[in-house]
Amino acid sequence: MTELRHRGPTEKDLLQQQQESESEVRTDGEAPSDSEIKPDPGVPPTVDDTPEVLSKALSGMSSRWKNWWVRGILTLAMISFFFIIIYLGPMVLMMIVMEAHACLSVSLPVCVSVCLSLCRYFLLCVNYFFYGETVTDYFSALVQREEPLRILSKYHRFISFTLYLTGFCMFVLSLVKKHYRLQFYMFGWTHVTLLIVVTQSHLIIHNLFEGMIWFIVPISCVICNDIMAYMFGFFFGRTPLIKLSPKKTWEGFIGGFFATVVFGLLLSYVMAGWRYFVCPVEFNNDSNRFEVDCEPSDLFQLQDYTLPSVLQSLIGWETVRIYPFQIHSVALSAFASLMGPFGGFFASGFKRAFKIKDFANTIPGHGGIMDRFDCQYLMATFVNVYIGSFIRGPNPSRVMQQLLALRLDQQLHIFNTLRAHLIEKGLLSAIEEAA
Amino acid sequence: MTELRNRGGGDRDAENISDKDTDGEDRFGLGGEGDRDSKPDTDTPEVQPSVDNTPKCLNKALAGMSSRWKNWWIRGILTLTMISGFFLIIYMGPLPLMLMVLAIQIKCFQEIITIGYRVYHSYELPWFRTLSWYFLLCVNYFFYGETVAENFGNLVQRDEPLQFLVRYHRFISFALYLSGFCMFVLSLVKKHYRLQFYMFAWTHVTLLIVVSQSHLVIQNLFEGLIWFIVPISTVICNDITAYICGFFFGRTPLIKLSPKKTWEGFIGGFFSTVVFGFIFAYLLAQYNYFVCPVEYSESNSFLINCEPSDLFVLQDYTLPSVLQTVLRWKTVKIYPFQIHSIALSTFASLIGPFGGFFASGFKRAFKIKDFADTIPGHGGIMDRFDCQYLVATFVHVYLTSFIRGPNPSKVLQQLLVLQPEQQLSIFNTLKSHLTETGMIPPAIRGP
Repeated sequence: MTELRHRGPTEKDLLQQQQESESEVRTDGEAPSDSEIKPDPGVPPTVDDTPEVLSKALSGMSSRWKNWWVRGILTLAMISFFFIIIYLGPMVLMMIVMEAHACLSVSLPVCVSVCLSLCRYFLLCVNYFFYGETVTDYFSALVQREEPLRILSKYHRFISFTLYLTGFCMFVLSLVKKHYRLQFYMFGWTHVTLLIVVTQSHLIIHNLFEGMIWFIVPISCVICNDIMAYMFGFFFGRTPLIKLSPKKTWEGFIGGFFATVVFGLLLSYVMAGWRYFVCPVEFNNDSNRFEVDCEPSDLFQLQDYTLPSVLQSLIGWETVRIYPFQIHSVALSAFASLMGPFGGFFASGFKRAFKIKDFANTIPGHGGIMDRFDCQYLMATFVNVYIGSFIRGPNPSRVMQQLLALRLDQQLHIFNTLRAHLIEKGLLSAIEEAA
Repeated sequence: MTELRNRGGGDRDAENISDKDTDGEDRFGLGGEGDRDSKPDTDTPEVQPSVDNTPKCLNKALAGMSSRWKNWWIRGILTLTMISGFFLIIYMGPLPLMLMVLAIQIKCFQEIITIGYRVYHSYELPWFRTLSWYFLLCVNYFFYGETVAENFGNLVQRDEPLQFLVRYHRFISFALYLSGFCMFVLSLVKKHYRLQFYMFAWTHVTLLIVVSQSHLVIQNLFEGLIWFIVPISTVICNDITAYICGFFFGRTPLIKLSPKKTWEGFIGGFFSTVVFGFIFAYLLAQYNYFVCPVEYSESNSFLINCEPSDLFVLQDYTLPSVLQTVLRWKTVKIYPFQIHSIALSTFASLIGPFGGFFASGFKRAFKIKDFADTIPGHGGIMDRFDCQYLVATFVHVYLTSFIRGPNPSKVLQQLLVLQPEQQLSIFNTLKSHLTETGMIPPAIRGP
């Protein structure tokens, strides 16, 4: 979430750090204002990471405006970067997501060198498991062709489990007498991080394969909510929202909500017109490339909706042509605005609990990657669950695969049941099948 | 794992661990002194000294003996009691078994969470106990809903509200989890942030370990009771035989973490367990009751009746020539399942102990002697189940990788949910496939 921060150590901060003693008063409470947060002695003090070119260009301004400009420029840079990547296609998006969460896991302040390699190993195992499942699901034809890939995919779970077990055994064997508790903390920490971060990114990839629009719209809604809530809070903010984040206000929250819903409606209207965004991503076996071409489903075809009479009198239109997807986008935006901030509060609480200012210093003006992604935690899961529950049925090619893997007598049984079902529905004429 | 402990009636010396030490480790443990392992038997003041839970009747019966033999007898009697209880529940059927797994899971969860509370002195935390139990409920709801949807298809199709619940199951589970998450965020109190985050993480890791394992155990159960009984029995057997072998022959220590484990015990346990698993699998594989997948029939009961699969039909195997000269048999009739049982026993003997070491390390890290005092002579339920952690997952992965194909009723369910055109195309593909393989005679199309 965007909070106004002073970046770069000021004289006062440096002095405070020097006066830091080992036995500081340990309050688990929050620091009243950002500039007084005492960094933990174990954690390196915040470093000014702004690239030199920006520093020079903005050297004339006062510190506060300089801060604004840095943040603004970086925001624009990130958004443009996001759009470029979208243009480059799904494969690149996938790699970026992988990179992002690899960075996320390492930017946690807790990893001590002793267990760092184990953390990384577990990350590798879990990633291998998830991406193997993705590859098996979506690249089935490719997998069937190559012999080594086929074996890997057939025994995928077993191999992943063996890798994980090896890590587990290494952990047990590496337990050192004086550091048991620390090592168990690391173990627990690694697993919770993996649970949160890796499952989310895996779900993002799943959403991506459903259609790039399911990837872009949710992320954009969260970003928009961030920015809008900040602006509304800046101009109109008066009533504080929650003690945890003193700079959030109710005005920002509600204004952000409405703005995000409107933004979501507009963005989905714009995007639903393009096949590139709307079609499920498929891997074409013949050309060995990703293909985004299909007949758009009903969700992405303009339909007439009769407005409820309240809106009719207001706007003066009787019907309106929108994509059904836009109605779903309202649900997505609503979730992003209402629940997304909870992810941010969670991260704020986390930072206060461990007395850190930012997760890392990767992005100048914004902190680490986690700071940018903290509201996205729940969004990816929600979109995935939403798609699974309301939109998508099972994948027919996958069902076909499973069918062909059954025993022949089971296949026959299913065949007969299906035939009876189809005849009942009138899709098959009984006469045709009588032979 | 069985470690020789002095249980029953002993008072513990509680040492005052200073708050500084515990709090120093709150800061990631960096700069803390780690564990003072020179006094492995001391408990922190918050952990209750072990209470003698032995029932009075046992106490009276064994009143005459010396303390050491009394300890042995108590452990022995409780072991037998637990094993008989286990077999009794198996006899009663799948539903009591499922309930037993659920009960054990809840107890394990409670034990671990209680340890967390004690370690962090966090009894006074507002809300947190409620939240932990709420998360347990959510995750269980999610997993058991998936189980019901998969295995109780008949029951679900009949009831309208159940159908609705099943269709939107993931969404409902997610909504429940989200409410818990929001409650957590709203419950963050100024002075206790770190504690609350620790407990949050602690709860999640516990859920990850305990609940997913029990879910996999239930999945194994539905595959056939034998896939549930044999792994658990081999772990128990490994425990007992490793202990016995270690007791009689033990000389070389195995690992610094558990000083009472020995290599002799380990290897002796390994061989005994493999033999035990082999024999036990032979005994169980003869009965349909153990071998058939558990199904839920229309008549509202569990049905365990089927034609045993190839795995459970006696087959002739030619012995390798080495064994031939030793045993002077050419071929031997065994169930193919027994070969799988060797794999399961090997895993239980080799990797199962790592689960025990993990639990030992955990207990040393948090300076507790046992997880709880539920079972006299043995400690808590977690102490009994600590080796089972990985075995259930292994059996499940083993089953899905090597044994079981996809579940036909599940495939059918998915089929019926597809769009009609998709169903039609699948129908045609399937028809041509079946005609090719000769399962249905080629259709003679009329004009």
